[in-house]
Amino acid sequence: MTLMKTFLGASAALALTAGSVAADPAILFDLGGKFDKSFNESAYNGAQRWADETGGSYAEVEIQSDAQREQAIRRFAESGANPIVMAGFSWATPLAEVAADYPDTKFAIIDMVVEAPNVRSVVFNEHEGSYLVGMMAAMASETGTVSFIGGMDIPLIRKFACGYAEGAKAVNPDATVIANMAGTTPAAWNDPVKGSELTLAQISQGSDVVFAAAGGTGVGVLQTAADEDILSIGVDANQNYLHPGEVLTSMMKRVDNAVYEAMSQGEDLEVGFNVMGVANEGVGYALDEFNAELVTDEMKAAVDAAAAEIASGSLSVHDYTSDESCPALSF
Amino acid sequence: MDFATLLQMLDATVRLATPLLLACLAGLFSERAGIFDIGLEGKMLAAAFLSAAIAAVSGSVWLGLFAGIGASIALSIIHGLASITFRGNQLISGVAINFLAAGLTVVIAQSWFAQGGRTPQLSGGARFNPITLPFAEALRDVPVIGPIYFQLISGHTPLVYLAILMVPITWWILYRTRFGLRLRAVGENPAAVDTAGVSVIGLRYAAVAICGVLCGIAGAYLATALQAGFVKDMSAGRGYIALAALIFAKWRPWYALYACLLFGFLQALSLRPDVITRALNFQVNGQLLDVLPYILTVVILAGFVGKAIPPRAGGEPYVKER
Repeated sequence: MTLMKTFLGASAALALTAGSVAADPAILFDLGGKFDKSFNESAYNGAQRWADETGGSYAEVEIQSDAQREQAIRRFAESGANPIVMAGFSWATPLAEVAADYPDTKFAIIDMVVEAPNVRSVVFNEHEGSYLVGMMAAMASETGTVSFIGGMDIPLIRKFACGYAEGAKAVNPDATVIANMAGTTPAAWNDPVKGSELTLAQISQGSDVVFAAAGGTGVGVLQTAADEDILSIGVDANQNYLHPGEVLTSMMKRVDNAVYEAMSQGEDLEVGFNVMGVANEGVGYALDEFNAELVTDEMKAAVDAAAAEIASGSLSVHDYTSDESCPALSF
Repeated sequence: MDFATLLQMLDATVRLATPLLLACLAGLFSERAGIFDIGLEGKMLAAAFLSAAIAAVSGSVWLGLFAGIGASIALSIIHGLASITFRGNQLISGVAINFLAAGLTVVIAQSWFAQGGRTPQLSGGARFNPITLPFAEALRDVPVIGPIYFQLISGHTPLVYLAILMVPITWWILYRTRFGLRLRAVGENPAAVDTAGVSVIGLRYAAVAICGVLCGIAGAYLATALQAGFVKDMSAGRGYIALAALIFAKWRPWYALYACLLFGFLQALSLRPDVITRALNFQVNGQLLDVLPYILTVVILAGFVGKAIPPRAGGEPYVKER
């Protein structure tokens, strides 16, 4: 009973702090928090950019456990927030439950598809962005061997690996691409030690550019790559600044653009399926002062040309999740 | 498999076995004194966090190491209070410590550094750097011995050598000192130790504190030597593997070294699926290698290979007869 009271008290406090202004957009961050230097922070940046440009305000919440998801969505919906943006595939199940109860409210979910008449589902073409950084990796490599380290072995991560391998082989058909996954359980997202050891193992096989799509495990990958003086490629957010001059580029997933766009459309949010690819700047590679010296003009020209071809549809990158197979890489 | 690949894998084995070995020896002290400790994981995690945090703030990895050891000892004392003084269930106390560490580290890291539950990146003097042993450069080109000495034996962080040194020290303390004899006795038959006029409570607290120190070093090794900072849940189950190694080693220090090296080698092997495929001519599932330590432990426990008999008074709080 005491526990129950604490729970109710906590929810009441959450309810009071969350969404007090009506008809403003709201954003719900995933576990990990809004300053995670990656996915959530990118979503936060998008919301903040909208607020700065329009002078509007938005409601937000950082949940502390999975149990709060449905309640958080309902709370915002009842307070009149519109649209309600949620970042992360884990929101799909609670959203599917809740969406029908609030037909006048528009929802947007990032990284997952929810079929409902008032939901906008935003997914990213990660394979296209990975293709671009794969090209850069193969061009920067001196040994002709590049490598990939994934977090948990799931189709989404294989999608990254497959696009990367295809990109590398497009530049250098003889390139060797080594791909390793850190594990098969969620612990694989947070094992930087294993990330480091995988990097060293790949270096001993000749790799000199490594692409990490592995969450917290990637921190170890980038660190070891910098320590061993090989190049690395970051993921999701721009991670070039982590090791200036040692990170070749980052495969950026513009979650901020997705959030910004959803908030800009306001209550007239366009529902349905929304794909963010190279064509609409949903994915891309990062170029800033930290990696400017590493990216040659030739590299930039080649990648930009490929990006234009992908955008126009004349070049199509294989999507692993479409048929669970990869022509450029065997897992 | 060529010589260079083998060396590289053995090198990885040493690095991966070190945290296991330290945690395993920590558990050995505690369990030999009759206190089961499944909180190794939590203590390592807490130590990893605080060592990285203090090293980041102060810029000195040694201060970080001591802070990490402090955090680990603090959790050890909680475990001691619950299971020695208040005679609670040792397993439950251990689980509680694991949960406590997993939650607290992230919450404190977030409110302290606001980097999503991480600590800032360490560099220079704020992390342990590899040391080159004397003559390593000179001997480098000598065939066979040169590369072995240069790559495998030299070039690790100081904590690796400390961990390996702890094996004979542990053996010496347990089997050649009065303290060690009493420590082992208190895990087998605390009543006899009490009759001899030696404090059971005192000995058990000492054992738990030593366990805290070693776990602290293991955690600091993860965050400041292998890595350059703390990431949430970075111990990634190594405390449990150390526990399995402890049973595999039948609670003996030298066997603990061999068990940890074996488990470390299995982990190193799973990093190189290509080597396994080439050696065996068929593809081995990576998950199989990951569970092998646990399977081996179960085999040992089931009595197929020798018999693993835990300290007799393990898990039971000592109640003085009146």
